[in-house]
Amino acid sequence: MINAQGLTKHYGAKVAVDDLTFEVRPGAVTGFLGPNGSGKSTTMRMIMGLDAPTRGTVTVNGQRVGDLRWPLREVGALLEARAFHPGRTARAHLTMLAQTNRLPARRVDDLLELVGLSAVADQRAGKFSLGMGQRLGIAAALLGDPGVLIFDEPVNGLDPDGIRWVRHLLRGLAAEGRTVFVSSHLMSEMSLTADEVVIIGRGRLIDQTAIGELLARSAHQFVRVRSPQASTVAPALERDGATVTLEDDGSLSVRGLDAASVGEVAATLGATLHELSTQSASLEEAFMELTDTSVEYRGAPTDAARTVEAP
Amino acid sequence: MTEFAAARAVLVRHAGGHGLRLGLLVVVVVIVAVVVLIQRQRHKDRTTMEVASPSVAAGGAPVATVGYSEPIPPGRYHFTDLVRAEWTKLRTVRSTGWTLLVTVVLGLGISAIATAETRAHWSSTPPGGHVGFDPTATSLIGIFVAQFAVGALGVLAMSGEYSSGTIRATFSAAPSRLRVLAAKLLVFGVLAVVFAEVVSFASFFLGQALLSSPATHATLSTPGALRAVVGCGLYVAALGLLALGLATMTRYTAAALSTFVGILLIAPLIVQALPSSLSLDIRRFLPDRIGATILTTTGPPNPFAFSPWIGLGVLALYVVGVNVIGAFLLVRRDA
Repeated sequence: MINAQGLTKHYGAKVAVDDLTFEVRPGAVTGFLGPNGSGKSTTMRMIMGLDAPTRGTVTVNGQRVGDLRWPLREVGALLEARAFHPGRTARAHLTMLAQTNRLPARRVDDLLELVGLSAVADQRAGKFSLGMGQRLGIAAALLGDPGVLIFDEPVNGLDPDGIRWVRHLLRGLAAEGRTVFVSSHLMSEMSLTADEVVIIGRGRLIDQTAIGELLARSAHQFVRVRSPQASTVAPALERDGATVTLEDDGSLSVRGLDAASVGEVAATLGATLHELSTQSASLEEAFMELTDTSVEYRGAPTDAARTVEAP
Repeated sequence: MTEFAAARAVLVRHAGGHGLRLGLLVVVVVIVAVVVLIQRQRHKDRTTMEVASPSVAAGGAPVATVGYSEPIPPGRYHFTDLVRAEWTKLRTVRSTGWTLLVTVVLGLGISAIATAETRAHWSSTPPGGHVGFDPTATSLIGIFVAQFAVGALGVLAMSGEYSSGTIRATFSAAPSRLRVLAAKLLVFGVLAVVFAEVVSFASFFLGQALLSSPATHATLSTPGALRAVVGCGLYVAALGLLALGLATMTRYTAAALSTFVGILLIAPLIVQALPSSLSLDIRRFLPDRIGATILTTTGPPNPFAFSPWIGLGVLALYVVGVNVIGAFLLVRRDA
């Protein structure tokens, strides 16, 4: 459980995080979405007690991270790629972290095995590819078997296999009842992994909601129907309150009804369907729409952008 | 004249120009060799390797092994846990081995050259040329130069965490920054003191062994000799802790290292340029003069220097001061 109350961070005149209040519950993957520069990493560093909030509080399991008795055993974080000394071996990096929280050496071996780095455990981590570095960071986060996990852009730099592995891992961790908080600037990635999303823009909370609800609400979502009896299906759907558009390729774009309802309408007519699919390919657009007013830098520098450069 | 110029004068006077050139050559060769080796290793590190992530299909649920069934120990993470972790950190980076190796090579190497050359030219030196000869100081000149290597180790012990981002992993695992810093200072301090003392004693014994008859040599019971040898080790270790404090303050290797070198090499030159009424009084507060006084055992005491132990006390105050400022910044700043 992560609980942020009025979390605010100023860097000089610039407001990086602005009065952010949200809760991340256990047993689910919660996506933390926002454009680059919207304050996601700053928020995560404040959760971990690395950056001090200007105002507000954030707790993990009801306590500030600084007050936890065994921090690694309660909260693990992957905050940046390659947060390890390039000259130190993977094993040494994990060993020194394990020692701070009195975790046994065997735990280091287990985690190296889990992330698939056993074979290179005694190689200098500076040689690692970006993806291997991410996996070493994930191993560090999981070291103390914590109930709360924080990952900042964990799939950055991973190959498709690695991305699949991380998704699977995140879902598995949530299924075990852990609190999993994952940031991303990619809506499409979150739609595959997250149960809930916290969306921020310019440091402000835009929305916290279940991901399905967000998708359903999106104006860009529609159901595509192909049917030889399109001319009978379309009026029936419209009678049920849907907006139906006949596309150039002969398919119907149905808005206002979900795929299940469309299927039932077709069934009562005895119509043959060649395609019945929910189209959310424009998820990115939905996300852009939500955060549009809050994108940090567009075109000419704004006043806010200029103040950053001021000494 | 800086204390290094003074040290060089000692070398010139007693070892002859030949020995000096040889000594400097050794220093240059060692430094170049170390830099080249480190660069080569860096280059090797840059050639990325790739080990695939575990297959989702083959492993089934990867979280099956995430769990950890041993009970959580009572209490909370302890200072001793942090000390253990800091020791692991210090011994698992190459810079530690390299800087210690340079300390040994410079300490023993320059000491051997200075004393052997003195012995070789002993008989050809005109009568009276040996008045004021300080066998103890001559044998300790090497470790006096090696202070830079120990300083570099002190800087890297802290700045390496910042340059790599390890500091955020460290503070996530152990949020009590003051205790982390204390553990680091303790581990580095103990290593620095033990190591500097060992090299200091080894340089002394090696140097004295090479100063065979007819040259005069010292033993530990020679007045001032034990103080010089023990003091020299403490002096070098204190500079290492000073360097670590500078790194905590600045967070950058280059900034901390250049400040450290500046204090030892540039500050004396600046003070030198002041009017002598002022410069002589200020000069005594500079670490290099304090160090020179510690390793000198012959001649009248310098009226413009602290006595050896007072000097070490002043140096200790610098170490405490710099590290207190560093600790303050460490707690106050965002990591």
